[in-house]
Amino acid sequence: MPYALREALSAFRRSPLLAFLSVIAIAFSLFVIGLFGLTTWNIGRAIDKVEEKVEIVAYLDDATTPAQLELAQTEGRALPGVLEMRYVTKTEALANAMADMQEFHDVFADLDNNPLPASLEIRMQPGSRTPQAVRAVAERLRAYPFVEDVRYGRDWLERIYLIRRLAGGAATLIGVAFALVAAIIIATAVRIAVFARREEISIMRLVGATDGFVQRPFLLEGLMTGVMGGLLAALLTWGAYRVLSATMFKIEFLPGQWIVLVVAVGTLFGFLSSMVAVRRHLEEV
Amino acid sequence: MIKLTSVYKEYPRSGAALKDVSFHVQKGELAFLTGHSGAGKSTILRLIQMADFPNAGEVRVSGFSSKTVRRREIPLLRRKLGVVFQDFRLLRDRTAEENVAFALEVTGVKRTTIGQRVNRVLTQVGLSHKAQAFPDELSGGERQRVAVARALANEPLVLLADEPTGNLDEWAARGVFDLFREINSLGMTVLMATHDLDLVRAHPEYRVIELAQGQVVYDSKAAASPAAPPAAARSVEVPAIADTRGS
Repeated sequence: MPYALREALSAFRRSPLLAFLSVIAIAFSLFVIGLFGLTTWNIGRAIDKVEEKVEIVAYLDDATTPAQLELAQTEGRALPGVLEMRYVTKTEALANAMADMQEFHDVFADLDNNPLPASLEIRMQPGSRTPQAVRAVAERLRAYPFVEDVRYGRDWLERIYLIRRLAGGAATLIGVAFALVAAIIIATAVRIAVFARREEISIMRLVGATDGFVQRPFLLEGLMTGVMGGLLAALLTWGAYRVLSATMFKIEFLPGQWIVLVVAVGTLFGFLSSMVAVRRHLEEV
Repeated sequence: MIKLTSVYKEYPRSGAALKDVSFHVQKGELAFLTGHSGAGKSTILRLIQMADFPNAGEVRVSGFSSKTVRRREIPLLRRKLGVVFQDFRLLRDRTAEENVAFALEVTGVKRTTIGQRVNRVLTQVGLSHKAQAFPDELSGGERQRVAVARALANEPLVLLADEPTGNLDEWAARGVFDLFREINSLGMTVLMATHDLDLVRAHPEYRVIELAQGQVVYDSKAAASPAAPPAAARSVEVPAIADTRGS
């Protein structure tokens, strides 16, 4: 076994508690990020699904003339972000209502007049389903005198966006706080390891080991701590996903790339924390 | 091999350690560096290892100059130096053999070479039969021999010894010094810092460089007719200079 690897492993044996704490600290910091990642990912997915259904419905006055309808359709389709615009006649509206609400089938069938208005249903392009874009189109349609009312899910659309932003911000903040704790614990671990091996280090220098060679076991130890922390974070996130899925609501797990990213960030973090600490403490030996 | 030219060294807290020190130890030479504690012997050894640098002047060791050496070249210089100390500096949790192998392992010597080299140097210092012993199971003299074996393992050009006999009884001290003579007779340059004047006096055939208060006060090679007789030749001891620094 190469020297650096052997020494890195012996550090885990020498101070297992500290090694364990380092792993846990990295794992928690990434777990928090993973957890919020899970939240934002699923909110994102929910938004995507809802957004696909985002429709603006402009209800038309019964007295709307074909010419006005034609004008509204031509102008409406030209508005920025509009994917398609469909005209739903009063008859179609009634047929839809009867199909949607079977239990009221008879009520609808007995009606003398069709009370439902004709409407224009607008679907937005995927990139233009933001509250702002939807509002702009809705307001433009509302301006037609023959449009009685315009409906779209303005409030919840804005709220869902806000939740996503808040979740992202909170994840960053808490994640960074945990990362700081992890960095401090790793630095302490390195310091103790350097101290425990100070005689060995001074002999290594004496006989002409390079700085890189002296540092390597510590860097490897940091790297291993990071990998373990990252994997543990991925496992914890997966556990959280299972628990949430089973008890609260059906959610999706993070895509594979995100998990790889979590482990990679953990690894890099462990490595960098060790590097900073080892450079500082080796000067003291 | 080792050349100091007008070397000044000052420490921020304890002041001047070396003042205008110049000497040249040739390849294959064995020289004593003597003087009281705090005279600057250890400072000179540190400068030669480039563990420290002079404030003025130049230290040249085997082609490396203190003025131009780069940090990453220093390990290469140290591989040309074997160093032994008064306190042996062996790793207590490793056997004699492992202590020697360690020096080779951390300088990237091939595994297959390490075994042979360890065997050879342990035999050279007369300790092949104690290869498996831990330092605590060895006598002082034996420990110092392991340290010498470690210093020799990388096949250095120079052996630096900082009070190598300081912790040994007279018999063991003679044994270790005989080892140095033997190593020197094979062509290796040896610079030994010591305040064991009996030992120095017993070997007038070797060069003596004597330091006092950070200055060379006597060099048996430079001074065929010295201005002042060396302490090594005097029978009365000069009182120790008060200094908080180590020797």
